[in-house]
Amino acid sequence: MNAPAYNFAYLDEQSKRMIRRAILKAIAVPGYQVPFASREMPMPYGWGTGGVQVTAAILGPHDSLKVIDQGSDDTTNAVSIRKFFAKTAGVQTTTSTLKATVIQTRHRIPETPLREGQVLVFQVPIPEPLRFLEPRETETRRMHALADYGLMHVKLYEDIAQHGRIATTYAYPVKVEERYVMDPSPTPKFDNPKMHDCPALQLFGAGREKRIYAIPPYSNVVSLDFEDHPFERYRHDGKCALCGAVDSFLDELIMDDHGRRMFMCSDTEYCETRRALGNGAQGFSKATEAAPA
Amino acid sequence: MIGLGNERPLLAAQGLSKWYGRQLGCRDISFQVHEGEVLAVVGESGSGKSTLLQLLSTQLEPSAGRICYCMRDGITRDLAALSEAERRFLFRTDWGYVHQDPPLGLRMAVSAGANVGERLMAVGWRNYRRIRTTAVDWLDRVEIDSRRIDETPRTYSGGMRQRLQIARNLVTNPRLVFMDEPTGGLDVSVQARLLDLLRGIVAELGLAAVVVTHDLAVARLLSHRIMVMKGGEVIESGLTDQVLDDPREPYTQLLVSSVLPP
Amino acid sequence: MPALKLFDVAKTFTMHLRGGIRLPVVSGVTFDVEPGQCVVLTGPSGSGKSSILKMIYGSYRCDHGQIFLRYQTSFVDIAAAEPRHLLTLRRRAIGYVSQFLRAVPRVPALDVVADSLGPTRGKDNRTRAAELLRRLNIPERLWSLPPATFSGGEQQRVNIARSFLHDMPVLLLDEPTASLDARNRELVVDLITEKKRRGIAIVAVVHDEDVREAIADSLVDVTLFAKAA
Repeated sequence: MNAPAYNFAYLDEQSKRMIRRAILKAIAVPGYQVPFASREMPMPYGWGTGGVQVTAAILGPHDSLKVIDQGSDDTTNAVSIRKFFAKTAGVQTTTSTLKATVIQTRHRIPETPLREGQVLVFQVPIPEPLRFLEPRETETRRMHALADYGLMHVKLYEDIAQHGRIATTYAYPVKVEERYVMDPSPTPKFDNPKMHDCPALQLFGAGREKRIYAIPPYSNVVSLDFEDHPFERYRHDGKCALCGAVDSFLDELIMDDHGRRMFMCSDTEYCETRRALGNGAQGFSKATEAAPA
Repeated sequence: MIGLGNERPLLAAQGLSKWYGRQLGCRDISFQVHEGEVLAVVGESGSGKSTLLQLLSTQLEPSAGRICYCMRDGITRDLAALSEAERRFLFRTDWGYVHQDPPLGLRMAVSAGANVGERLMAVGWRNYRRIRTTAVDWLDRVEIDSRRIDETPRTYSGGMRQRLQIARNLVTNPRLVFMDEPTGGLDVSVQARLLDLLRGIVAELGLAAVVVTHDLAVARLLSHRIMVMKGGEVIESGLTDQVLDDPREPYTQLLVSSVLPP
Repeated sequence: MPALKLFDVAKTFTMHLRGGIRLPVVSGVTFDVEPGQCVVLTGPSGSGKSSILKMIYGSYRCDHGQIFLRYQTSFVDIAAAEPRHLLTLRRRAIGYVSQFLRAVPRVPALDVVADSLGPTRGKDNRTRAAELLRRLNIPERLWSLPPATFSGGEQQRVNIARSFLHDMPVLLLDEPTASLDARNRELVVDLITEKKRRGIAIVAVVHDEDVREAIADSLVDVTLFAKAA
């Protein structure tokens, strides 16, 4: 711990206070995008500068930090951010969803249910769900203020008109506490139901766009849909080649040029825990026989 | 007078004025529009007719005067006293606004069906099939081939775009529609078709409308009453045939005499 | 009790584009029309006959005097009526056949006529419109075409059909037979006679002496109103 040039968790205290105020406001107005004075971080935009600032602002010395990137604890992004906080804050890091008190994530929610007292920090590239159809920020903010959300359904309508069903599979818009429509960051829509009534606090940080928003614990989170085209979770129809899970979100792995593929849990820690408990399904070799559709 | 119709106006403007700094937009304009009545505001560019339309549709705030509107619940309210949320709601339910330039009134990147359905979804329609059926119905009514429902208006001709804009506005059965030079940028033959369509729909739905136009032929075909504006003021008003066949003011006589006979 | 009552009506045109010269048209126009009666206005062209009809219809403004129209149980002064009240009266109480048909370019003849019964293009209205067009000798093949392409006489008969379909208590006719041949003139005279029998009050401008003879109950010489102003 002799790397003394850094303040605890990298950011200076004034910046952290500013971010905490934004976070408190975000919690007070669930789903509302609170502007904040995003700082330069020692990483490029798009690598989680928003999430890192939120984590830096809420981290205490006794926290245990887990970082995942698309469900995985061991990709470059996840490893780097974990190391960053180990170095600048000296906090404990972990890959266990159960043990972590703060989980920073890029594009996934862990399979293991979250509990009270935990904080899930999302990295958000584009916080504005209406931007696809209305590029003017002045106008989208007014639409949020007036709960003028017809446009959001226009997007879903277009999906059905063009694909026969709602084809949006990630960044699927939700309405929080029956008020604000919110972009859940590019998580697969499989994870949307986990946001509803979640015992943990969910925080969203967008560094480039300088916005923070939040879902307080046990909030009502509804995925937008039509009566005759209701929201549906989506996962590949298969089981994990490693742990045999049939309920987890699966990544597809293309094995060769003949289109042979296999599936495995996107949440690596969930998969490993299951295997440690003896849930090994089939071996690699069997999985590779899964024929292309 | 007994039995000559509902006495309470739908829209009433009282002493409306607008200055842009020291530049006059329009001055001291008062009039009423009743249900089912089409009022044409005619005059040359700079006469203040567009300013007036923007004031009426609450897109501009008047420097003086007020506008009252009889809401669907039968209560007449001062538009300036409405919250922005209420005004927006009015705009997507009870009012329509047809722009001269269709791209201003359409979402060019989404399909015709979604353009028509947007207002329905905004007021809470959540049944895809119903929204789509209604959109098809409206495309038929404005004579757009409903097989083109999933195309964006970018692929449409100018006349089709304008008709789509009309469908998009009328789908919630508004009671009052503002139109700014609705046939402005169109070819003469396309204009005639659009005018006939508009005239039919307006009469059938019993719509009230305020139509701003510099084209007296449009005013004659669409409107019941005319207000002639010049230099920001209303200089003459009356029944459409009255003003056009028996114009009183020098400027109106000039306007009427500058038009080729129909 | 008269259906229509003109009292001391005057009209002057001011031509601002011609240096503001004033053209007095008529003044002191006073006459009554009883239900079922036809008053024919006489006088040379330019004496103001059409102007009087237009003042009664409200498309010319009246500078002076009153034009009382019986509407339901009371009289309405057309010269002072609000524009929208005038519109109501035109829908319910006064019909007008102008010299020229002013029709919307794209609307078929049948609908031009049927529309006079109301804005909904219903089947019933079309049936009634078709009957009248047939009676006026408009060939069926023309019904679905816009009248702009018709001959003068055909247009005039469409025009008549449009104003005759709906029974208005007061009917104004401005040269309804001008461009018609003898056979069609007779048809129109029959229609007018039927209107009178049903108690409709009529004010007409007719140059054809036979037609005037056939329909007029009294004549009003417009030159008598031309002197003053």
